[in-house]
Amino acid sequence: MPSPDTWTSPTLAADQIARMAMRILIIEDDRDAADYLVKAFREVGHVADMATDGEEGLGLALEARHDVLIVDRMLPKRDGLSIIGALREKAIDVPVLILSALGQVDDRVKGLRAGGDDYLAKPYAFSELLARVEVLARRRPGPNEETVYRIGDLALDRLSHEVTRGGTEILLQPREFRLLEYLMKHAGQVVTRTMLLENVWDYHFDPQTNVIDVHISRLRSKIDKGFARPLLHTIRGAGYMVRDAKGA
Amino acid sequence: MISLLSDSAAVFWRSMTALGKLVRTTAFKLSFAYLLVFALFAGALLVYFAWTTRALVTSQIAQTVEAEITGLAEQYRQAGIRRLVLIVDTRSRRPGSSLYLVTTATGEALAGNVGSLPPGTLERTGLTEITYHRPDEADESREALVRVFRLENGFRLLVGRDLEERERLHNIITTAGHWSIALVIVLGLVGGFFITRRVLKRVDAMTATTQTIMAGNFGGRLPVAGTGDEFDRLADNLNVMLARIEALMRGLEEVSDNIAHDLKTPLTRLRNHAEEALRTATNEAAYRDALVNTIEESDGLIRTFNALLMIARAESGHTRETFETFDATEIVRDICELYEPLAEENGLRLKVITDTALPVRGNRELVSQALSNLMDNAIKYAAPCSHGDNERAIAISATGQEGKALVAVADSGPGIPAEDRMRATERFVRLESSRTKPGSGLGLSLVAAVARLHDGELQLADNNPGLVATIVLPLAPRAEP
Repeated sequence: MPSPDTWTSPTLAADQIARMAMRILIIEDDRDAADYLVKAFREVGHVADMATDGEEGLGLALEARHDVLIVDRMLPKRDGLSIIGALREKAIDVPVLILSALGQVDDRVKGLRAGGDDYLAKPYAFSELLARVEVLARRRPGPNEETVYRIGDLALDRLSHEVTRGGTEILLQPREFRLLEYLMKHAGQVVTRTMLLENVWDYHFDPQTNVIDVHISRLRSKIDKGFARPLLHTIRGAGYMVRDAKGA
Repeated sequence: MISLLSDSAAVFWRSMTALGKLVRTTAFKLSFAYLLVFALFAGALLVYFAWTTRALVTSQIAQTVEAEITGLAEQYRQAGIRRLVLIVDTRSRRPGSSLYLVTTATGEALAGNVGSLPPGTLERTGLTEITYHRPDEADESREALVRVFRLENGFRLLVGRDLEERERLHNIITTAGHWSIALVIVLGLVGGFFITRRVLKRVDAMTATTQTIMAGNFGGRLPVAGTGDEFDRLADNLNVMLARIEALMRGLEEVSDNIAHDLKTPLTRLRNHAEEALRTATNEAAYRDALVNTIEESDGLIRTFNALLMIARAESGHTRETFETFDATEIVRDICELYEPLAEENGLRLKVITDTALPVRGNRELVSQALSNLMDNAIKYAAPCSHGDNERAIAISATGQEGKALVAVADSGPGIPAEDRMRATERFVRLESSRTKPGSGLGLSLVAAVARLHDGELQLADNNPGLVATIVLPLAPRAEP
């Protein structure tokens, strides 16, 4: 994909990102796919366990040792949605990402209604799954979330909708504000294009063109242009990330 | 011989099962129940009729007897026993059903036409039914209604009427009753049989058709007699259902055909590239390129596949369960907001024209996606060829017209020639002019499928130059929230 950026854009490779290790449980009946995921997560520094049927998966999940669950919908012995139901009944609110071949709008709605926190249709890119899982694992919203997000000298006030960088006010369109808000909320984490489309625009389809990239490049020109240290980074082959170069 | 026997047994059993089938039908059971009710009713009516006739005849006889006895008693009082005997004697000789008897106090007959009476008859004074014998036929007993009157000086006068007439009338009525009940039963059974057979014949015809349909002849339809009766209504409804099923089946077949034909092409390409890389690549970079290429190809495949599934699902009408009422102008504004930077980057200006709220009932996500497809197309094909030409625009509008919401995307690109417009919405049709641009060839068919799902349509027209693609959706009734 050609970079839409018109000047030196800060681009990072996906493996240049420092990660906090997390423990992931993968419940997936296709052993090949599960093995692949376990290996891929280990490569980026996470710990992954796997279960290949619903009962085993629920047993492991009930131990509540994991930061995130990745659950396939169609599983032998016990289907994915009923695993989530059983966990929620026992007040185990570990974030769950549903991974399913059923990817239509109503399937997603059904999955989220059953208590899933995110829904990803198969087949998927690992970078997409990784980004979503990391966002989920860190999500745990505290009772009073901070009202001002700060990254470096960039500040975003969620109540007054004021954005400043180095004390200078930056004027943003409402949608640009929401885009930056989402990126800053997940500062230090990779955010993919589909995640932005889902969370900022509330669309769950995949436009054929690079609409999101153009929005990002506009936002970038407003918050990074003219500043020595770029904050909005493109993560090659994955998405975008807001972070201070010295670490968010 | 044995085979003959078993043959006739088979015929017997076949006819028995046919009869059993007939007897088990609802029509037969109903006619039988009605027959029973009518027979009982007719029977009760006839019994009542017979009894009241009998009572009427009896009371008439009694009145006649009473009048005659009063008259005779009067004669006796005025002219004495001699005169009475004379009158009775005369009357007794007349042919008819009247009975007379005058006796002394000791029971000796003085005049009359009664042979013998049951003992004690002369002691009872009221109206009584008795059996008697005529003097000339000693062994034939007859029924009569008589009254005995005590005259002065101990004489007894008996006047009566033979009841033969009444019994004959009773018999006639009873016989008629039996016959008519028998007739009711026979007619009822025959009628029931024919009605049942007619019903059964139509049901059998329907069953036969459904069996051929189940066997795979999806074009089959139930016979409609054209009489507008309940069977026709049922058949009409089932035929509509069958047409729908046929359409769904055809859609399914088409989808699988398309998957077979059109996914194989990119799969073959993917495989060829991989093989080529294995054969010719010499360094890591070449392998890497091949792998990147493979992933790109498979992403394209997935997109095509998803679009196909979505079209199939939209066409099945399944998603209707998730319908809600939303404002079409809002969708237009949201999509424009999403595409505005991209259009600008491509040197295109977006012109947005929206009416006031246009409530539409449907799936917001699908309509947004359809509109986004139109925008993708407009930007893809309307992008300026040279950088000098910078006053190109895409006009997006949402307007209400005669109970319909028209969501239109108009570009000034090459457009679609009139003769190709019908084909443009078919699956996988990529017009010659667009072969060089990326895309699955499913964009417009997806838009058309979404429009149809919402009971609307996709219209393509000339924008002089360019293309106007209009999604026509029915407006939701205002009353809805």
